Amino acid sequence: MTTIDTAHLAAMFAAIADAMSADRDRLCSLDGVIGDADHGIAMELGFSAARDAVAALDAGTTEPTTLLNTAARSFLNAVGASSGPLYATAFMRGAAVVKGKTTLDEADTVAMFQAMAKGIQDRGKAETGEKTMMDAWAPAATAAGEALAAGTGLAGSLAAAAEAAKAGAEATKAMIATKGRAARLGERSLGHMDPGAASAVTVIEAMRIALTG
Amino acid sequence: MQTKKIINDGNRAVDEMLEGILAAHPRHLKSVDGSPRSIIARDGPRRGKIGLVIGGGSGHEPSFLGFVGKGLADAAAIGNVFASPPPDPILECAKAADGGAGVLFMYGNYAGDVMNFDMAAEMAGMDDIEVRTVLSTDDVASAPVGDRHKRRGVAGNFFIFKAAGAACDRMLSFDECERIARKANDQTFTMGVALAPCSLPQTRRPNFEIGPDEMEIGMGIHGEPGIARGKLKTADEITDEMLDRILAEMAPTRGEKVAVLVNSLGSTPLMELYIMNRRVKQRLDDIGVSIHASWVGNYCTSLEMAGASITLHHLDEELQTMLDHPCDCAMFRAG
Repeated sequence: MTTIDTAHLAAMFAAIADAMSADRDRLCSLDGVIGDADHGIAMELGFSAARDAVAALDAGTTEPTTLLNTAARSFLNAVGASSGPLYATAFMRGAAVVKGKTTLDEADTVAMFQAMAKGIQDRGKAETGEKTMMDAWAPAATAAGEALAAGTGLAGSLAAAAEAAKAGAEATKAMIATKGRAARLGERSLGHMDPGAASAVTVIEAMRIALTG
Repeated sequence: MQTKKIINDGNRAVDEMLEGILAAHPRHLKSVDGSPRSIIARDGPRRGKIGLVIGGGSGHEPSFLGFVGKGLADAAAIGNVFASPPPDPILECAKAADGGAGVLFMYGNYAGDVMNFDMAAEMAGMDDIEVRTVLSTDDVASAPVGDRHKRRGVAGNFFIFKAAGAACDRMLSFDECERIARKANDQTFTMGVALAPCSLPQTRRPNFEIGPDEMEIGMGIHGEPGIARGKLKTADEITDEMLDRILAEMAPTRGEKVAVLVNSLGSTPLMELYIMNRRVKQRLDDIGVSIHASWVGNYCTSLEMAGASITLHHLDEELQTMLDHPCDCAMFRAG
């Protein structure tokens, strides 16, 4: 049984920031097709800010909730835009579900993950099929819950989430955007992967490796 | 190939621009202590007045901070290039603009801006500052007339913010300020045309592709696709195409008055704007609509994009009074 503590979560943000730096140019290119080519910049900026802010906390005395709220605020203030409120709300909702706990068991961690997805949905009000990051996050949250219930443990749960996110992002190629800035492209968005869904895959995969790898 | 820009570091462009703006306009503008992306009017907020906070992404200068000053907006929150500001600088603007009577948030209708300003409004509510929001939706090309609430806010912000700022400066009630702001938005119509793309300081690559002999009518101020792409036409033909759509919706009658804004998207020069403005005057003369006031120049740009927009603001007595109300901003003066 894996137990996640504050230090694990701090390492998780460092891992996501590294993954975003590595993925930055690919995300900018995807965004260049249907947006204004800066999504990779915003995601790298946001997660670098989150990594630096949580690294400055004392992992020994900080509860997971405080760490997640710190990450949320620093991400938001570095970025603004759309990804700022969406990811900040994700981390604040994750923080709320694990309030009062000093360590997270496997069910807590999956609950945190699912709350993140719910937070993105509530803030952005996007449904699946609208060619947004929800097309990766929603199936990932469902898959994580199902896998945990089936007894796969945290590693199996997050692996299932990462697979579902990947398939969800791939499916956005066949969708016409109806939310966000790409919605103004209509049918011209067909055939291109949504950059927000693509970066969600990178976030989720980095979380999986950092928490269970 | 990367585009050419006079910058030091793409990631520092916004903050270095703000330093330059504060150096140029110390009589009008200052930043909130500890919140350099919150720009407030030195002579704006006061007790009992509804505070007006505007804002949005950078790259549209002189929007938005150029319209901060007495008689117009009390504060502007500044985002990264083409990205909404986060809630904190917006909240700091709300606190600075609050005179105890409430704060009006006004900005263009974009998903990112709505999320960040709504979060800031919730935070302001926790500080007992009442916030109301009026979105600008003047871009005729961005959604059908039945979906006005889905339209983008573009250069028409100029007239919409002006009316709201005047209402606030005249110490009208919160309800009245909000009503006038909504009315100004309903009576403002903009169409744009793009000839060549812009590029972000961090990427320095063109943000859309367009042929050397092409134009796109209706393109948005971040390069959002418009309604028709075709061969570049003459100034009169382009102006007619844009005015036809505006006038069809605005439906002015003989004897009515409008205010006109012919705006450059960045690199289109005044010469071309005035050629367009000449045609606007001819067309309005033809239908017996008189021009109360005109502005021609850079008011809502898109970095170095080539192209222009035309905005008509349909005046009645009340909106004319608001338009004529004096204001004194860093980059704009009236009355």
